[in-house]
Amino acid sequence: MGRKLLLDKAHIEGIRYYDVYRKNGGYAAAEKALKSMTTDQVLDEVKKSGLRGRGGAGFPTGLKWSFIAKPEGVPRYLVCNADESEPGTFKDRYLMEFLPHLLIEGLLISSYTLGANATYIYIRGEYAWIPDILEEAIAEAKKAGWLGKNIQGTGFDLEIYVQRGGGAYICGEETALIESLEGKRGNPRLKPPFPAVKGLWQSPTVVNNVETLAAVVPIINIGGEEYAKIGVGKSTGTKLISACGNINKPGVYEIDMTISVEEFIYSEEYCGGIPNGKRLKACIPGGSSVPILPANLLLTTAKGEKRLMNYESLNDGGFATGTMMGSGGFIVLDEDQCVVRHTLSLARFYHHESCGQCSPCREGTGWMKRVLSNLENGKGKMSDIDLLWDIQRKIEGNTICPLGDAAAWPVAAAIRHFRDEFEWHVNNPEEAVKRNFGLAHYADPLPVPQPVA
Amino acid sequence: MADEKKLFKVTIDNISVEVEPGTTILNAARQIGGDIVPPAMCYYSKLQGSGGKCRTCLVKVSKGSEADPRPMPKLVASCRTTVMDGMEVANITSPEVIEARKGVVEFLLLNHPLDCPVCDQAGECHLQDLSYEHGVSATRYEFKRRTFDKIDLGEHIQLHMTRCILCYRCVFTADQLTEKREHGILGRGEHAEISTYIKESLDNDFIGNVIDVCPVGALTDKTFRFKNRVWFLKPVDAHRNCENPKCCGKTTLWMRGEEVFRVTARKDEYGEVEAFICDVCRFEKKEAKDWVVEGPRKISRTSVISQGHYVGTVKPQETIQKVLDGRQPKLLMDIHSVSQVNQPNVDLSKIDGPAHSDDFNKKGVQ
Amino acid sequence: MIQFSEEKLNKVKEIMARYPEGKQKSALIPVLHLAQEEFGGWLSSDTMDYVASLLSITNIEVYEVATFYSMFNMQPVGKYLFEVCQTGPCMVNGSDQIIDYIKQKLGIGVGETTADGLFTLKTVECLGACGYAPMMQLGKHYREHLTPAKVDAIIDECRAAVKN
Repeated sequence: MGRKLLLDKAHIEGIRYYDVYRKNGGYAAAEKALKSMTTDQVLDEVKKSGLRGRGGAGFPTGLKWSFIAKPEGVPRYLVCNADESEPGTFKDRYLMEFLPHLLIEGLLISSYTLGANATYIYIRGEYAWIPDILEEAIAEAKKAGWLGKNIQGTGFDLEIYVQRGGGAYICGEETALIESLEGKRGNPRLKPPFPAVKGLWQSPTVVNNVETLAAVVPIINIGGEEYAKIGVGKSTGTKLISACGNINKPGVYEIDMTISVEEFIYSEEYCGGIPNGKRLKACIPGGSSVPILPANLLLTTAKGEKRLMNYESLNDGGFATGTMMGSGGFIVLDEDQCVVRHTLSLARFYHHESCGQCSPCREGTGWMKRVLSNLENGKGKMSDIDLLWDIQRKIEGNTICPLGDAAAWPVAAAIRHFRDEFEWHVNNPEEAVKRNFGLAHYADPLPVPQPVA
Repeated sequence: MADEKKLFKVTIDNISVEVEPGTTILNAARQIGGDIVPPAMCYYSKLQGSGGKCRTCLVKVSKGSEADPRPMPKLVASCRTTVMDGMEVANITSPEVIEARKGVVEFLLLNHPLDCPVCDQAGECHLQDLSYEHGVSATRYEFKRRTFDKIDLGEHIQLHMTRCILCYRCVFTADQLTEKREHGILGRGEHAEISTYIKESLDNDFIGNVIDVCPVGALTDKTFRFKNRVWFLKPVDAHRNCENPKCCGKTTLWMRGEEVFRVTARKDEYGEVEAFICDVCRFEKKEAKDWVVEGPRKISRTSVISQGHYVGTVKPQETIQKVLDGRQPKLLMDIHSVSQVNQPNVDLSKIDGPAHSDDFNKKGVQ
Repeated sequence: MIQFSEEKLNKVKEIMARYPEGKQKSALIPVLHLAQEEFGGWLSSDTMDYVASLLSITNIEVYEVATFYSMFNMQPVGKYLFEVCQTGPCMVNGSDQIIDYIKQKLGIGVGETTADGLFTLKTVECLGACGYAPMMQLGKHYREHLTPAKVDAIIDECRAAVKN
């Protein structure tokens, strides 16, 4: 049983409410930080913890905070990115729904550290009932003196506001989120300037994911060094994984990043295996944007080592044979799933969500969707597979924001690892609309690499 | 010279130039000039905030600066990336850039109607130039192209959304030159379009400038629509004492004989206006007597607009003989003796109606 | 004449107060949500113009934003809007069958509204409920782990709510 830092109290009845949360050790970290630590000391603890952004990019949080510009007389803002929209990811929703005070406490400590007196939680518009929960918790916290003016007599002021989005995946990108928060279309900005210098209303701004900000609470409670001891290497602390797809127990799990992928999928503690006795075909372990891997490469790296659930191990082999931790949206596909069809569904998603600002993404995502649709529906040509490869290559790296990359990678990885399945669709168009390619060789053991002499 | 500003040295395609700090790579390249200037479809130096969207000006930064020589990991939009001292940039010397640009051109043309034969912008269209330079002759797109319904923007401006490449220039123009912007980008992704949403005409003293900034034929001048081809017209610089204090009154008239077909602002070699003009100058002063003509507008010789406009040029007579060591060129084949239709004694313009093979028979010609 | 009630106007004021002086445009998306709820589940150009006047911004600024975000309906919709997710994880769990079932049950296609004006079917992309697939959004809430039987029950529930 791995150590839990975020969800350790999630099972407690009524933990959503202030009294219960407080009774169970809530706001102790905020008290410690605000009353006994300087902002530099808090920043130092976060740096020591090795915490990396939990939204997908995995950028060190302490480092990000240290970039914030501090010009005289200009307000600074903290924005909480709760625009959770990456297919496969639903962990932040869980945190906000069940542990709103954990997030508020994290926001309080983080705002204190950054010197922000107004903090916005930008939540995706579809989570329409969650703002009520958050606002209720904010009101409770305010009543108890944890928000508002002169918090707990420390002289620090903070207001937290909840802002609903309007339905756009792109607003999960930090500069698009800022634009949206300013009441504009969610078109990502060109960087530089970075938000840390010119963000919300042209003021220095830090945008962090919900889970990242919540993780600040245990870091202050146990100390950065202690936090860094959990996990391995640069994957410190715990990570929430939202597991879905063909598994027995979909849901949100907190892992300490030392367990293997195999254990995560098959153990009763986590996903509980694959339903109906089916076999594992493929998996997208970090939200739809990260490369899909066939079963054999998922469980074992190309070096023949057991793959673990952490940043480094998932990334082992780079894009050729590895994948990414991403946002922790763990999508499992069993032998009955068609990779072409699944890739089409993701291509349709990115096409729908492209903001349309820059040409490669605006035009390329629709093109990929249409070519994939032909392949899936038995109208594809062999040359379409190479065409797809070429389109994704011309999108990747050439767009304003990472949505272009996010749209390109799933297509690239699907062709890289499942080319046989694509070709089968072309060669057997009639059969392909009636049945799936099946597991084929995707779970076959990989050749054992020769030891380097 | 203590107060002299330190200039940044930047090297683009192995050519060095010293520029003011804060200059973008694109503008540094424009200071060098020539082939190494990246193309720009959305950037417009006179419009604040423009650029970065079309991605045609992507370049490779192979050395970040003297202080931090690391190369930039991705290609960058040269129109929005400022130079650092000692920066080294590869544009046309980088195969990666050329390849990416080809991709961008293909994307831009993917849904473009290619209706140049009926488009008023033909001959001065940046997308046409860009495709000529960087495009391929055939499309790989096998699907129905995206089309939009025509939207009426009043009596002066025609919007052909189908041709639009969403450069946002017209939006910036309306924001920065007019009092109230009435059109904008609606919809998202592939469905994004320029529109007013509820159809209404655009009228504002300076809104006509959206025509000049549009890199393609999406926004064209209704008072010039289908009237003539730009390369049949003679551009001349002219000015008038414009009553509008914000208007410079300096324009280019596009004339044929004494007739003024259209009025535009004066555009530089990058297609950017020198100064914006008001709608009265543009749409209402269509007679030569309204203007003081300064002289012919200089147009690049390579532009189709220059076609037939060179007068008094001397054809070199001796060159061929010179390179052939004094020999006369030998006629390999007399085209007229083998061609059915290419007859020197047949003047095509004399034939009534469509030409018929009989018109070229020796019998048929008197 | 489009006009918020006193109560809603106060809500608008409260939202506008969340931002620094002169940044009231930031209230646009929350106020559009409010307007859509209040004025028939969609945003007519009159509604959007009204929102523009409340926030002292131009009409086109509202149109630009409203048409960007997928939650804002630019056309009238039925009283009950079924927004069924069809992205990967839902698809793996049979969202296509659920969409087909709703189509057949209500006799409408995607994007259409039943003749009685009660139901509109819309397919949407990932709503962040992948672990509880297949699912749809109905009003403020999610309906998860959908089965044909559950869809029947939801439709009955909506019809009953109208009768009462």
